[in-house]
Amino acid sequence: MKLLTGNDLKTGAVTWWTGNDWSIHVEDAVDVTGQEDEIAQREEAARRVNVPYAIDAEMHDGSPRPAHIKDRVRALGPTVRPDLTLKPADPEIGQWVI
Amino acid sequence: MYAYDQYDQQMVDARVAEFRDQARRRLEGKLSEDQFKPLRLMNGLYLQLHAYMLRVAIPYGTLSGAQMHTLADIAEKYDRGYGHFTTRQNIQYNWIKLEDAADILADLAKVEMHAIQTSGNCIRNISSDHFAGAAADEVTDPRPYAELLRQWSSFHPEFSYLPRKFKIAVIASEQDRAAMRLHDIGINIVRNSDGELGAAFYVGGGMGRTPMIAPQIRDFVPLDQLVTYAEACLRVYNRYGRRDNKYKARIKILVHELGAEEYTRQVEEEFQHLLDSGVEPPFAELERIRTFFADPAYDEAAPDDIDRSDPDFALWVDRNTVAHKQDGYVSAVISLKPVGGIPGDATAEQMRVMADLATRYSFDELRVMHTQNVVLPHVRKADLNAIWTALDEAGLGSPNLDTIEDIIACPGLDYCSLANARSIPVAQKIAQRFAETKKTATLGQLKLKISGCINACGHHHAGHIGILGVDRKGVENYQLSLGGSEAEDVSLAKITGPGFDEDGIVDAVETVTSVYEREREGEERFLDTYRRIGMGPFKEALYG
Repeated sequence: MKLLTGNDLKTGAVTWWTGNDWSIHVEDAVDVTGQEDEIAQREEAARRVNVPYAIDAEMHDGSPRPAHIKDRVRALGPTVRPDLTLKPADPEIGQWVI
Repeated sequence: MYAYDQYDQQMVDARVAEFRDQARRRLEGKLSEDQFKPLRLMNGLYLQLHAYMLRVAIPYGTLSGAQMHTLADIAEKYDRGYGHFTTRQNIQYNWIKLEDAADILADLAKVEMHAIQTSGNCIRNISSDHFAGAAADEVTDPRPYAELLRQWSSFHPEFSYLPRKFKIAVIASEQDRAAMRLHDIGINIVRNSDGELGAAFYVGGGMGRTPMIAPQIRDFVPLDQLVTYAEACLRVYNRYGRRDNKYKARIKILVHELGAEEYTRQVEEEFQHLLDSGVEPPFAELERIRTFFADPAYDEAAPDDIDRSDPDFALWVDRNTVAHKQDGYVSAVISLKPVGGIPGDATAEQMRVMADLATRYSFDELRVMHTQNVVLPHVRKADLNAIWTALDEAGLGSPNLDTIEDIIACPGLDYCSLANARSIPVAQKIAQRFAETKKTATLGQLKLKISGCINACGHHHAGHIGILGVDRKGVENYQLSLGGSEAEDVSLAKITGPGFDEDGIVDAVETVTSVYEREREGEERFLDTYRRIGMGPFKEALYG
C-alpha cells in the first residue's frame, strides 16, 4: 500500500492523507495507490499541505506502518525524546519504529 | 565582543522585513514551495524530518549573556523548550512554525543575531577557536580576522551562488581547536621571523563523502591583503568549480583535480590582478574591529590557588578547565554531554544558567565549541567552585571534556531528513557503557565522533574513533573507523571492516578500547597507540 504524507504549510507538522483531510496520526492514513499524484497536486494547490509525497507501507496490527525506518521516525517523532512523540505512553513504540 | 554598527543593524533589520514579506506571500499562496524554498534557506529555515528547522548563526561561536538569554527565550516561546548546538558553533531549533519564523528573526535581530547564510551555496558562518582571546598559546586573538571575513562575506554578491557551500575557519595558534584543515579555507594567523602577523592559507579541506585535508597554499599573507587573498581563492573556485555534479562541487575536488600547485598558481595570478582593485577594506576597519576584542579588565590580583578538597569538584577542574593566558584565570568548559543525554542539546533553563554565569563570572562572554559544548572563556580560579556548583545543579556539571563520553553526534535520523541512521542513541549507549564500566578515566583523551550519513556533520572522519551510520536495505548499520584527528596532527580515519548493528557497534567500540589498554605504552593516547601499532591488532580483535 501507499500512504500520502507531507508537512503542514503553517506549522511544518508531519501530516498524513486520510481520504478527505490531513491528520498528524499515521494510523488515520489511507491507501492512495494509483491516486497519489492527483491528490498531492490538488492538496498542494489548496495549500493544505507542503511538498506531499507517497511512501510504501504495510498494515500492522490493523494500522498502516511505513516500510522505511525514516518514515516511521517521521511518523512518531525522535526516538530519543519519547516526551515529544505522539505516543509517549505506548511501551511498544520502540518496536514499532525500529 | 563585536557590536553591530548602523550598517550591520540596518542590513539585518532589512532582511527580517524582506523575509516577513516572503513568508506572508508563501502562506497566502502567492509563492510556490519551489519559489519559496531558496528564500527560506537563505534565512536558515530548513524543512526537516518533523518540522521546519531554524539554524541560527553564532559568528566564531561567540555569544553574550543577553544573546544566550534570547536563544533560551526562542526555545521556550517558539520551540519545545530546547535547542541543539551544532558542530559548526551554531544553534538549531527543531520544531519551528513557518508562521513564527519572521518573529523569531526579529527577536534575534534585537540582540544582533540572525540566520543569514546558514544554508545555501554561499560562505557560511565563519568558525574559530573557542578559546580565542583566552588561550595561553595563541599569537593573537583570531576573532577580529574572522569578523572582518564575516563582514566581507555577508551578502557578497559574487559569492552568493557558489558551486557549493563554503566554510572558513580562522585560528591563531599551533594547536588547532577548530578543525581548520578540514574546512574549504583554513586560515592560521601566524607571526613571521620579523615578528609581523600574517595569514597562512590552507585550501581544499573538508569532510563529507570525499574527506580531504587542506594543503597549505601560502605560508604568509600580509594582514592588509587578507581579504584580497581570500577573494582570489573564492574567485578561482567560483569560476572553475564544478556545477554539473553536486557531489564534486566542493572546492576540495577542484584543488584535488587541478593539483594544489596549479590551483595555487591560479590564485596567485588572480591575487596579483586584484591587488590594485580596491577589494581590501581600509586597514583602519580592521583596527576598528580589533578594538571590540580587547582584553577584559582582568583582576590582576586573582589568586592562583584552587581549593580541591571536594573530589568531585577537583575532577571537574582537572577535566573541564583549560589554561588561560592571564594568571589566576582559566577557561571553563560546560559539558553538554551528560551520560545518556543528547550531545549538544540544552534546555531553555540550562541556557539561562549558562548566560547568567557568563554575565557574573566571565565578562558576559560564552563560546560555543564545535564539539557541541559551551565555554566560559575568562573565569577566575577563585570562582570555579561557585560556577561548578551552579552547573551541577542544572545538569551541566559532567566532568568529561575530551573523554569517550564527550561524543560529537549529529542529529541523525531522529531529526535529519538526510540521515540514513540514528546517531544519538548510539552516542547514548556508548557513553552509558563506559560510565557503567568506569573506564572513561583510564582511557584518557579519546575523541569519538558519530555521523548519521555520509555528509559527516558528526565529523566521523576526524574521530580517534569514528562511526558512520548507513542504511543497509532499510536497516541501520554502523561502520567503525579509527585514527582520525581534526587537531594540528590532522589525519583521516580508516574503516576497520564490515559494519555492525546498533548494539554491535557499542561492543565494537569497547573491543577497540580494550586493544588500546593492552597495547598502550606510557602516556600514549588511543590515537598515538593506533598510529604506532596500526590497524592490524584492532581488526584482529574485532573480526578474528
